[in-house]
Amino acid sequence: MSDDVFEPKIVGFLCNWCSYRAADLAGSARAKYPANVRIIRVMCSGRVDPTFVLKAYSLGADAVLIAGCHPGECHYIEQNYKAMRRYAMLQYTLQQLGIEEHRLRLVWASAAEGQQLAEAIEQLVEDVRKLGPLHWPGNWDECPDALAAVDRLAEEHAEAMEVPL
Amino acid sequence: MSERVGVYVCHCGSNIAGTVDVEEVAQWAGNTLSDVVVARDYKFMCSSLGQALIEEDIKKHELTRVVVAACSPHLHERTFRRACANAGLNPYLLQMVNIREHVSWVTKDKKIGTDKAKALVSGAVGRVKLQEPLQASSVPVNPNTLVVGGGIAGIQATLELADAGYHVYLVEREPSIGGHMAQFDKTFPTLDCSACILTPKMSEVGQHENITLLSYAELEEVTGSVGNFKTRIRKKARYVNDVACTGCGDCVEKCPRKVLDADFEAGFGYRKAIYMPFPQAVPKIPVIDVNSCIWFERGKCRACEKLCPTEAVDFDQKDEIIEIEVGNIILATGWDLFDCKKIPQYGYDDLANVFTSLEFERMCNAAGPTNGKIVMRDGQTEPESIAIVHCVGSRDANYNKYCSAICCMASLKFGHLVLEKTSAKIYSFYIDIRSNQKEYEEFYQRLLEEGMIFVRGKVAEVTDAARLPGEEGKLIVQAEDTLLGKQRRIPVDMVVLMGALEPRHDAKEMGLKCGISCSMAGWFTERHPKLDPVATMTDGIFVAGTCQGPKDIPATVAQGAAAAARVGGMITKGTVQIEPIVATIDEENCSGCRICNNLCPYNAIEYLEDKKVSHIIESLCKGCGTCVAACPAQVITGAHFSNNQIFAEIEGLLWDADGNGQAVSTDTKTIST
Repeated sequence: MSDDVFEPKIVGFLCNWCSYRAADLAGSARAKYPANVRIIRVMCSGRVDPTFVLKAYSLGADAVLIAGCHPGECHYIEQNYKAMRRYAMLQYTLQQLGIEEHRLRLVWASAAEGQQLAEAIEQLVEDVRKLGPLHWPGNWDECPDALAAVDRLAEEHAEAMEVPL
Repeated sequence: MSERVGVYVCHCGSNIAGTVDVEEVAQWAGNTLSDVVVARDYKFMCSSLGQALIEEDIKKHELTRVVVAACSPHLHERTFRRACANAGLNPYLLQMVNIREHVSWVTKDKKIGTDKAKALVSGAVGRVKLQEPLQASSVPVNPNTLVVGGGIAGIQATLELADAGYHVYLVEREPSIGGHMAQFDKTFPTLDCSACILTPKMSEVGQHENITLLSYAELEEVTGSVGNFKTRIRKKARYVNDVACTGCGDCVEKCPRKVLDADFEAGFGYRKAIYMPFPQAVPKIPVIDVNSCIWFERGKCRACEKLCPTEAVDFDQKDEIIEIEVGNIILATGWDLFDCKKIPQYGYDDLANVFTSLEFERMCNAAGPTNGKIVMRDGQTEPESIAIVHCVGSRDANYNKYCSAICCMASLKFGHLVLEKTSAKIYSFYIDIRSNQKEYEEFYQRLLEEGMIFVRGKVAEVTDAARLPGEEGKLIVQAEDTLLGKQRRIPVDMVVLMGALEPRHDAKEMGLKCGISCSMAGWFTERHPKLDPVATMTDGIFVAGTCQGPKDIPATVAQGAAAAARVGGMITKGTVQIEPIVATIDEENCSGCRICNNLCPYNAIEYLEDKKVSHIIESLCKGCGTCVAACPAQVITGAHFSNNQIFAEIEGLLWDADGNGQAVSTDTKTIST
């Protein structure tokens, strides 16, 4: 990777049935696209827990891609709609945290859309390059108090929380 | 105790090695990633020698986990799982890394490719250590089968299975089996009489000892899973006792109410309020249509009851719910005709002599409303010219993008029938003639010779507004002839619209009942478009015929037989393996919030009232993991895709990231997850 261009690190969650196969197809068709997205296979885009996305940022990812079957074509009937809802919720939350919306992207790619997926990845990488590094873990390192404050907050409200910590 | 991981990096000849420095990846994994005790690269990992290498290492190095970096898991996961199992390692302790389709084939630069491969291997090593041994469970297969839809696809599937000695329940929503094929006059390109080849099969179904025919019935609910489905079927009230009825037809003859037959006669002919759709109906038992029967309307009449020689008419009959247990289900629900009224410029329902293809089928049929005479809407006048309009609602971005596959050949068949039965001129307005099956092209050539006139152009309008001499009192078909490069207005007496084949209006609903999905266009989605066109994503549910996509009769019959063969295989084997990738709830820690309950499309999550916790029925779970992601207490575990496994994978993938856009030095860092 050349020194002057920022190469973002992106984690991609691809559903087993459509998008992962779209990525396979892009490979079979020898479509060239940036190598920045590192792919994790999940059975369904509905499996993507919002904490996966936050975890990726906290470990140094500059962006996250979620890809699933087109709405109405989910192999689990309708679970990609749940992914869609979580995506909207995540975007809203990330906005509060000051994370730009281009750092999280939801893409529909059927098993036949290798080229489209490659193009979507290219676009995502281009958009994130403009934004620069996210620097999230660095932020925590620089402000250790912030982390402690979050822990304290949870402790204070432990009783009110139904779920055991 | 820490795990002992073996990492195997495949060259795939030069497919991977060309863009990824495989030796370096293997060496790096062995030196850098914690718990990796052996890391090798090999020319072809999937070869028997490559597999033997893994098997030997598992034994020699006492490996507890295996990572294979090669092609897509969709290609060779099974191969390497088997290799693990051969060496005594649980097959689910393997993780594949896709460094061919996802790296070497899509990357130009070798350094970049190598870096990406390292990150993916690092992710897999992190995850594989947390993977757990899983056991595929095995359940017995109920030898009975349910076939939904009694058209030619369903009939074929039913007969194949019944002849093989297995019991089949055939559910048909109309009063008789036969489907669309029973409506046709001739079949292309052989011009066989449709009824002549179909009715023997129909009566075989009616008499077969291994077939329970449930006509005028609908599938209401499916529960259970492959091998053991429980189905609920509503047998609609016929108001005729099917045991007492002899099918003499006296009741039909004496019924005073005549109504338009929108189903079998496609709205072109009439039937009585008590009716059999057609004379060769199977079963030969009439049905009273409550919406048109005078008794149900005004509380008077009951002529059929009085005249029935066997006292079979029973006005007190009620819908009956039947519960049937089967091992497999074949859906053969067929198609609906495109509603031609949706294209107002073609004038259907507005201009009397514009017909749909199904209406024209009935008109050509010797047993149809006109006794096979091709006449105008007045029922007498023979047309002097007829235009056939292709691609009505198909190959049209405004309606359906797909090609309906059969209309070209059907219109050639119509052309032949018109030329045979009348002295009318016949025009065909086409975009392309698609005649790509056995003897189809020859049939097209035959029609060219017989004198059917072909105009290459999509019809813009069918109108009765005359502008030029000779157009008075005619229907004018306007189209751009793309071969001549000019607009043409051709006055004709009759227009036939070749409406598209569309998915059944309730296909989506049926899909939901059975847990299968539909394509964008609405056709049932097969498991694989090329290599598994009969199975679906839900084990034990198969599709046959046009419910999976437009197709002609030979293809429909072939798919019906194929579905039966697949089911037969399942029954012969006797048991079925169920993938262990399912979710489970830790009841101890479940708060009973029930958030997960409504998320499952398969109704696999039940709420245990006594324990106040939710519970997942393993046999219904398909392992999508949506509930796992939704559980606020994180007490649902998705086998093989647990939170911890995925967190470890994320951490491994990002081994070189610190969020600064700088790579972390690779020399000293040891990754531990």
